[in-house]
Amino acid sequence: MMPHRRHVLPVFAVLLAVTIVLPILAVIPVSFTPTSSFAISSPESWSPRWYRELLTNPVWLDSLVSSLRIALLAALVATVAGTMAALGLRRVRRTHRVVARALVTLPLLIPLVVLAVGLYAMLIRTQLVGTTAGFVLAHALLGLPLAFITVSASLDALDDNLEQASRGLGAGPVTTMRLIVLPLVAPGVIAGALFAFVVSFNEVVIAGFLGSPYLRTLPIEMYSSMTRSTDPTVAAAATFVAALTVITAAFALAAMSWRRRHLTRKD
Amino acid sequence: MGSAVLSGAQRRRPRRIQGELALLAPAALLLAVGLAIPLGLSVWLSVVDTTGGVNGYVWLFSNPVYLEITLRTFSTAALTALVCLALGYPYAYAMLTAGPKMRVFLLGCVVLPLMISVLVIAFAWLVILQPGGLASKLFPLGLGDGLLGTLPAVVLGLTHILIPYMILPLYTTMRSVDPKLVPAAMGLGATRTRAFWTVFVPLTIPGIASGVVFVFVFSLGFYVLPQLLGSPRQALIGQTIHTQVNDLLAWGRAGALAVVLILGTAAVFALLTGVVRIVGANRRGGRS
Repeated sequence: MMPHRRHVLPVFAVLLAVTIVLPILAVIPVSFTPTSSFAISSPESWSPRWYRELLTNPVWLDSLVSSLRIALLAALVATVAGTMAALGLRRVRRTHRVVARALVTLPLLIPLVVLAVGLYAMLIRTQLVGTTAGFVLAHALLGLPLAFITVSASLDALDDNLEQASRGLGAGPVTTMRLIVLPLVAPGVIAGALFAFVVSFNEVVIAGFLGSPYLRTLPIEMYSSMTRSTDPTVAAAATFVAALTVITAAFALAAMSWRRRHLTRKD
Repeated sequence: MGSAVLSGAQRRRPRRIQGELALLAPAALLLAVGLAIPLGLSVWLSVVDTTGGVNGYVWLFSNPVYLEITLRTFSTAALTALVCLALGYPYAYAMLTAGPKMRVFLLGCVVLPLMISVLVIAFAWLVILQPGGLASKLFPLGLGDGLLGTLPAVVLGLTHILIPYMILPLYTTMRSVDPKLVPAAMGLGATRTRAFWTVFVPLTIPGIASGVVFVFVFSLGFYVLPQLLGSPRQALIGQTIHTQVNDLLAWGRAGALAVVLILGTAAVFALLTGVVRIVGANRRGGRS
């Protein structure tokens, strides 16, 4: 009865895809608005005013620097712990590995606000609320599963014969690890680190509990700005954060596909 | 070192496995300090800490307002999961049946909200739904106006953020369904619709279940987005926990709310895992 019935599904999917992407792009024209409101401006009147504010106002700049510092440290801790865990779990019995994997990925499944309350209760007793160390602990925990999953996937794709050849040629386990395994899983490790960085850089729920007047991350500054005013600096911050996220994630995906193309060929 | 305590099975395995297990130490430490102790502390506080002499659970279950908040949180999460499923299932099916280029486009669009910050998405909707914003210009009949500060706006925002967690497991499951099954059913006389609903959809139940679990569990934990797009009069558990801890220092109450949230999450998880197992067992039993 409907002549183009088979087109209904693709049209629906494209419409939904556009509905997912377009609203996010609405942030960009607001960030260039010349006015002091969340108005969507036309490109002729665009001004860099709010970006200048973001990079010169100490409140915004300090929170940006704190966020970058915390995200770098958290990504480092998460990547080291996640990579070591992925390496350590390679040869254990299957049932043990399933349990260990479930435990490592647990931080992804617990409602964030529950985690945040517990961390706050613990850190307030150790006087670590509002410190870089407290943030790094919390964010490294969130990055751990991502680093672990990415590195594990790299290891699963690794050709076991390479290691056996290395051992057969007289290299010890440490030398084999250093010269064979780690260089081959390096793209996976880099991708994991980038994902862990993004998660920390964007995290707002736990940061809302752990922040103090002296240490606030950029997401917390954005959140409190949104709740109290219509200062378009938040739009500049949002555009900056989104752009950094997309670029970082693109590098992570590129690292992973590089690994797939170059390392999984077994002819 | 402790070879005396190793079981026979473990002793037979090469020694260096024991050494490799030491590599787990940093992750184990991180999980213990960052996850086990904080969660344990929350549970402990929910039992022992009192505010004005009242235990957190007593407060929660004797206070209709907070029971209502709990119910509202779980029903908002369920509604979000349903909306994600209703939109995500045809989307995933479109990805399955699309050509390679179209598939990459659809996949790219759905991966975007997975990485973009919750704040950016909440801000985008704040801009669109604000009075005199894009929504009120596009829908001048009042459809767009007045959405901000309501529960539907919260569901809209949550759906936007969480729909990848529905679509990706659905797509993965759909890809694992043997593409010859639906044509086979049609060859045996079923109509296309009947073949789709009685052959294809039941085989994708594991994907539906994991998508629903992900979306449901994740929507329980938000407080920033409901705070920005919703109304304080229709608060959800996340916001209530934040207020109880940060403004009132009522640790027992926050702990009790957190425990309710975890138990609810675990119950949904167990329920849907059970559904998948029963469906799987029935299918195997029915065919053999």
